[in-house]
Amino acid sequence: MLRILLARLKQGHRTVPFPDQVPALPDRFRGHPIIDPTLCADGCRECIEACPTDALAIDAGGVGLDLGRCLFCPECTAACPTGAIGFTTNHRMAARHRDDLLVRRGVRQRVQALDATMLRLFRRSLKLRQVSAGGCNGCEADVNVLGTIVFDLGRFGIQYVASPRHADGLLITGPVTENMKLALEKTYQAVPPPKIVIAVGACAISGGPFAGHDEVHDGAASVVPVDLFIPGCPPHPLTILDGLLSMLDRIGADRVPARAPPAPGEERLRWARARADEALRSLGADLGKTKRGGGNGGGGGDL
Amino acid sequence: MSRHSLLTLANGGAAPLEELPCLELADFSEAVIGAPARGRRVSALFGALSARGFALYVVLADDDTGLLECARTDLAGDEYPAMTPACAQVHLFEREIAEQWGVVPAGHPWLKPVRYHASQRPGRDAWGRPAGVAPVVGVTDFFRVEGEEVHEVAVGPVHAGVIEPGHFRFQCHGEHVFHLEISLGYQHRGIEKRMVGGPGKRTIHHMETLAGDTTVGHATAYCQIAEALGGRHAVPRGCALRGVALEIERLANHTGDLGALAGDVGFLPTASFCGRLRGDFLNMSALLCGSRFGRGMVRPGGVAFDLDGSRVADLLARLDAAERDVSDAAQLLWTTPTVMARFEDTGRVTADTARELGLVGPPARASGLRRDVRKTHPAGIFQMVHIPVSTAETGDVFARAYVRWLEVTRSIDYVRRQLGELPRGAARRECPPARGSMFAVSLVEGWRGEVCHVAMTDDLGRFAAYKVVDPSFHNWTGLAMALRDQQISDFPLCNKSFNLSYCGHDL
Repeated sequence: MLRILLARLKQGHRTVPFPDQVPALPDRFRGHPIIDPTLCADGCRECIEACPTDALAIDAGGVGLDLGRCLFCPECTAACPTGAIGFTTNHRMAARHRDDLLVRRGVRQRVQALDATMLRLFRRSLKLRQVSAGGCNGCEADVNVLGTIVFDLGRFGIQYVASPRHADGLLITGPVTENMKLALEKTYQAVPPPKIVIAVGACAISGGPFAGHDEVHDGAASVVPVDLFIPGCPPHPLTILDGLLSMLDRIGADRVPARAPPAPGEERLRWARARADEALRSLGADLGKTKRGGGNGGGGGDL
Repeated sequence: MSRHSLLTLANGGAAPLEELPCLELADFSEAVIGAPARGRRVSALFGALSARGFALYVVLADDDTGLLECARTDLAGDEYPAMTPACAQVHLFEREIAEQWGVVPAGHPWLKPVRYHASQRPGRDAWGRPAGVAPVVGVTDFFRVEGEEVHEVAVGPVHAGVIEPGHFRFQCHGEHVFHLEISLGYQHRGIEKRMVGGPGKRTIHHMETLAGDTTVGHATAYCQIAEALGGRHAVPRGCALRGVALEIERLANHTGDLGALAGDVGFLPTASFCGRLRGDFLNMSALLCGSRFGRGMVRPGGVAFDLDGSRVADLLARLDAAERDVSDAAQLLWTTPTVMARFEDTGRVTADTARELGLVGPPARASGLRRDVRKTHPAGIFQMVHIPVSTAETGDVFARAYVRWLEVTRSIDYVRRQLGELPRGAARRECPPARGSMFAVSLVEGWRGEVCHVAMTDDLGRFAAYKVVDPSFHNWTGLAMALRDQQISDFPLCNKSFNLSYCGHDL
């Protein structure tokens, strides 16, 4: 028992203070792309030729990139001779409408929150049934990560539940293989209305690397109506969390939003933490070395 | 069967297709059936249609000499005598051949679909199903135990957690499991079929998403194939960085598995610590190449992202911190009696069973088999710097957990050593296009075990056939055997101790 407590102390507090602060992402992380068509050479199609999923297209408005198809691979940036296309480390990419995933020069539509009725129902409690409908298990892995102590999804009132009957909506990953279509339809029908559908990852939005295969249906929207699209291959956990919280109107439009009034659970949590610290102090444990936020030196502080 | 009649290749080797001996069917069968007695195991057995017609191909691995024996046999008819009755480890391979090509392995004791798709040769169907009618996934004649108090439990394809889809049927008497049948195919997305005619611009992305948690493993296996076919090795620095990425991938997954095992026996400290630590290892991959899953890292000729001194220092510091924490988290498992009581003697697979089924990776090593491609068939950096094989003897959940822990410690040492002595030079060089009419084999020890890729090119150097064998393809049957005579409540624990891939199996 003491050993467990000691280990607990050494591990420290690891939950990131998102959304109050956004942890630094690695410099090589490929988040929201930026395009500057003024840099494009006349008639150049290098990026379009290089893209494995036809996410890039050129029309009168210049080059456009469909985040729903993008695998966030480095092929287009490597192919571009003039540096007209690049990736930023901005993790915010979700959209409520499929068309809003098209990136051109300029500002993209931010995620709109649900309407007032849906917000009243789901803002503080959203139970999701996850359906893995093909794909590579990458999205599932980073959907799962939100449940760890690092992101602690539960503090936002969001939970994955074991049955569609207990759920307010579906979180779908994968391109919807022919072999999962029926199971997905049945799961959708089993969720009581009103319900929300969230498509996570390039596969669930467009079929991803499997788009156009006979064996898949090119995304969740081919089977069920989708309310939120979260791009990535797979999306970073922060991209998923940002999408969910934006839809629930729990995150500001700014990158670092002003601190919202504490969520109902938070006061209690702070109280519980204080009590736990007190109890440990009475055991004589040295708390000085294990103060929370032990991310200095690169442990859990940055992502 | 003398070995001279088979083509021998080293891992990552290639040879002109004409050197691949075409055996008589009887000799081919004898080579496969006799393989276990000669100390070989079946790495791949598959059918392929080429300009020369339909043929079966086999790759046998000799773990003592590090050589791979390859052969083919032409098959004109609709059936051939099944090899499974005499060689259990090919049972799923033969089912796959039947499903993909409409060829019946006559006498196969368990001839059921694997992924539930139509045959790739229209008009030929191993089950005589009418053309144009798509098979329905999960509809097959499941093995059923009859008896007054026997009952059946069916689970999936949609599970209670965030898990890939699969269907499991248990034949139970009370809590006691007589038999578990595993029926997959829900993740089938037709990747192998799409490889034919390649490589194309989606190829490397298909390889990176065969099993998303094994991105580096499968991408490395593919790149070794591309380099073998092109006739030029990857640069040394690129090989070393692939080794670093591969071991970080192993660290992330093994750490996650230790946490998941703890969670399944209700031991929350290690479950939460490892959940976070797994993320720390994934973030090390992101430091390498921007992706937590190693996407974009491994490319033919080397790697696409090099490391500078400050990045190496950052990685080493993170590695030290993670090592301390993961060590504490794992030691809690072995010193907590309630954990050990659940781990020990649960889901036991004997060495004989593991050998007979051809298990690979941690489940094989947990049953005492010294099977590790990094040691027995080394390629790339593993030829230069070796890594010890981690084994255990008991073949139970504890052994599979403990082998993972041993591998965590050894992978950390390995990464640290590699980062300290990275070869100089470029991280990547141009890989020449594939030569025509070649046959190439590549093995990589992914974190789940042996990843095997086999490719053949047509006379223009395009893929005429591409076979992928994920370690899970070998190991799912091992999980079914582990459940025999266990409590049904032991299933989640046994399942986690194997942690197999659905998408890697379904392709």
